[in-house]
Amino acid sequence: MDTGNAMQRTSGSQPKSARTVLSGDDIDRALTRIAHEIIEANKGVQDLVLLGIPRRGFPLAQRIAQRIASAEPGTDPAAIVGQLDITMYRDDLRHSTARTPSPTNLPAGGIDGKVVVLVDDVLYSGRTIRAALDAIADLGRPRIVRLAVLVDRGHRELPIRADHVGKNLPTATSEKVRVRLGEVDTANGLPLNEVAIEGQA
Amino acid sequence: MKHLLSTLDLSRDDAIRILDIAEEMAAVGTREVKKLPALRGRTVVNLFFEDSTRTRISFEAAAKRLSADVINFAAKGSSVSKGESLKDTAQTLQAIGADAVVIRHWASGAPARLAATDWIDAPVVNAGDGTHEHPTQALLDAFTLRRHWARARGTGSLGTDLAGLKVAIVGDILHSRVARSNLWLLRTLGAEVTMVAPPTLLPVAAGSWPCTINYDLDDALAAGPDAVMMLRVQAERMNAAFFPNAREYSRRWGFDDARLAALDAHGLAETLILHPGPMNRGLEISSGAADSSRSAVLDQVSNGVAVRMAVLYLLLSGDQQRTANETQG
Amino acid sequence: MNPTHATGDYLIRGASLLAETTADLLVSDGRIAAVGPAAATDARAASATVIEAAGLVALPGMVDLHTHLREPGREDAETVETGTRAAALGGFTAVHAMANSNPVADTAGVVEQVWSLGRRSGWVDVRPVGAVTVGLGGERLSELGAMADSRARVRVFSDDGICVSDPVLMRRALEYVKAFDGVIAQHAQEPRLTEGAQMNEGEVSAVLGLAGWPAVAEESIIARDVLLAQHVGSRLHVCHVSTKGSVEIIRWAKERGIQVTAEVTPHHLLLTDELVRSYDPVYKVNPPLRREEDVMALRAALADGTIDVIGTDHAPHPSESKECEWAQAAMGMTGLETALSVVQHAMIETGMITWADFARITSTVPAAIGRLGDQGRPLAAGEPANLVLVDPAARWTVDPAKMATKGRNSPFRGLELPGAVVATFFRGHPTVLGGALNTPLPLDGGA
Repeated sequence: MDTGNAMQRTSGSQPKSARTVLSGDDIDRALTRIAHEIIEANKGVQDLVLLGIPRRGFPLAQRIAQRIASAEPGTDPAAIVGQLDITMYRDDLRHSTARTPSPTNLPAGGIDGKVVVLVDDVLYSGRTIRAALDAIADLGRPRIVRLAVLVDRGHRELPIRADHVGKNLPTATSEKVRVRLGEVDTANGLPLNEVAIEGQA
Repeated sequence: MKHLLSTLDLSRDDAIRILDIAEEMAAVGTREVKKLPALRGRTVVNLFFEDSTRTRISFEAAAKRLSADVINFAAKGSSVSKGESLKDTAQTLQAIGADAVVIRHWASGAPARLAATDWIDAPVVNAGDGTHEHPTQALLDAFTLRRHWARARGTGSLGTDLAGLKVAIVGDILHSRVARSNLWLLRTLGAEVTMVAPPTLLPVAAGSWPCTINYDLDDALAAGPDAVMMLRVQAERMNAAFFPNAREYSRRWGFDDARLAALDAHGLAETLILHPGPMNRGLEISSGAADSSRSAVLDQVSNGVAVRMAVLYLLLSGDQQRTANETQG
Repeated sequence: MNPTHATGDYLIRGASLLAETTADLLVSDGRIAAVGPAAATDARAASATVIEAAGLVALPGMVDLHTHLREPGREDAETVETGTRAAALGGFTAVHAMANSNPVADTAGVVEQVWSLGRRSGWVDVRPVGAVTVGLGGERLSELGAMADSRARVRVFSDDGICVSDPVLMRRALEYVKAFDGVIAQHAQEPRLTEGAQMNEGEVSAVLGLAGWPAVAEESIIARDVLLAQHVGSRLHVCHVSTKGSVEIIRWAKERGIQVTAEVTPHHLLLTDELVRSYDPVYKVNPPLRREEDVMALRAALADGTIDVIGTDHAPHPSESKECEWAQAAMGMTGLETALSVVQHAMIETGMITWADFARITSTVPAAIGRLGDQGRPLAAGEPANLVLVDPAARWTVDPAKMATKGRNSPFRGLELPGAVVATFFRGHPTVLGGALNTPLPLDGGA
């Protein structure tokens, strides 16, 4: 996730001008498409590793892995998914609040020589992905690194692009994009799945 | 958290946060590249007015694993031993551009002075001050206990405290900064503490502390502690009549082989033995106990690096506000 | 040429004498010339400078039995000149300069030097205290008689800062000074029980890991000394009593008719060891700040007469002696310029004593203990005009940077306190007027 809008995916009370741009079903369809794109680009599941970036990149990676497994029988989804924490690699540590890092968990086979697909919810400035690439370099040497995101909202600050995009969402920088996934977001005790754009509160 | 001066003023949330971050830092120690870029370009000064190679290298390893530059300033043999004051030393470090000061001092309260004055702006970490506190030691002890007991119970340790754990701290409580820091932190984390010592080596006001006092180590072991923390005893204390001689001390308050066997006899399969080091083998702890499978001494050392990484990371990154978990991504 | 006698006459109008009766005072030629209606009708009143004193309390000039003026030896910390300016501003007309200078005031030569510096400065009477033992070494008696016979006419002897712990030496000193009506002022601190001591031993020291200064180290010496004083029939003065237990021992001794007097400092009447939690050495003092219950016992003892006097233990230090680690820091606090306000705050505003009691504990009794004939006298016609005018309704915030003492080590900094010294008359001359220093009254042209 990107600097400048650190709170963009925070769940909580909704500001007045929120509008839903992706429903839960829209998200499901986008992820199914991404799963098939990944299989196609990789010509199968050989050497494939999905690394989700906390917090919502990880459940997205799990969901994509489930879809890959149902398309490619014999694949164990848990064996190809990992989590990559990038807290210590951020370029704004000195300026933003101290963050508690999340665990980094790699699949048993590691990432050396693998095709790693980084998974995150929103692609914005590109700084999170820059940090993720540095983090990967400290953990091993993949053969290929690709990027899959649920939403690309534009406004890149680094030469980074996604290989797989669920939805391109033109936004103003004053707006916030909130991704809510049932694994981490709930409303009234029920899981919540949507992508919403909020104007300036 | 601007400084880490004592565990007395550490909240439960802050303590658990440090321990949780230390879990992630410990994982880095098992990787091939044991280094994180988090503190790149920051300068950590280890300001040691008292020799302590162990603590110094632990902080040095912690800072370096976070990519910080480290300056070691040993006050012995320097301008400090020629009469330069703490104030002048601090102002010099400020001028050099220190981003954090890790201070070990023989005088209780010296880190608090650095933090309270305008001599230097940098965050101050107390690496042991006189007979006051040694907060990172207490944090690494708590980390060691939390991990061990999570493993023994088959649960995760993240986010948990030490509620219900029974810890006996044994030895020279009066002069021990480790005992004080551990008492406050263990209580904050919900553990029960028993202090075991000769009456001469307890503060006269120890009765006001939130712990049980027991003069009898065998009795304290029979009560079934989950951990026994042995403190270093300086043999020269006997010259000041704190106890008659090393032999008598060892017999009554040393953790010897017989007491090691007693833990088995009491059925305390998971009870740990801790010692902050350096150990006086044969005085407060026998080699049999120090080298037994119950001994967590080496775990304490490696956990010390992770805990100190967590502390440096927290003090040196970000503005000092509290973070909500959800702002990360 | 400096005046050696008070110049001019002063008519103080409408002052409240000891806060009991309102009257005019005529000051002339170093004395209180007239009190009451006679003051205004006196022939000298017409040409006198009028001081409107409505709402002000007139008190006899304060006498401090316990002041560290640091000269000779530590002129960087304080001089007789700066220390006595501070004294005048604080409402004092006499101070006893403690003997722990360098060289130690253990000979007639040194005490005469301090005495004469005081005469030349002319802000207050400076009465040197003589050291009990040579060099404060605790081994041999100083030339007590020579100091008593010197021009400084020393009557108070003390090794203050160090306890005369040797019981034989203490007994001999108590006996010996009877020859010239002297008194031994004991700094009660059992040295072996306080080796390396940094603060009061108790709950706070246990948490802070600072070596404790137990109450018993003071109380055991006081108990021994009152028994010695009883045995040899001598006068004993106990400096800066700081514990509840000490009060009980002194009360017991007085009930038995032992000639013991006791002193308490303003800071021990207000501050507790809780302040040490900051590790700020401005709170480091000897004897140390004690517990709340000690503070309360000291106040009660001062009110009931068990403790006789206020002694400031004014102890200025240069900033580098306090801008350091607690253990490295010097012990001591300034006190001359805050004593009146702290005592008003702790004792008068709490209803424990009256302004008349204040005059007794800050002037009458300390002058009597020090055998100062022309200090601590009643506000009556014919008496020496050593007096102070106080505005009891004033409130001020303590700012050490604005003090006349060189020491900036006031533990009361930032505290708002009641009571302000408006004017101090020393031998009929206003050393302080309008709350500010006026001019001194040097008693020697420079001998």
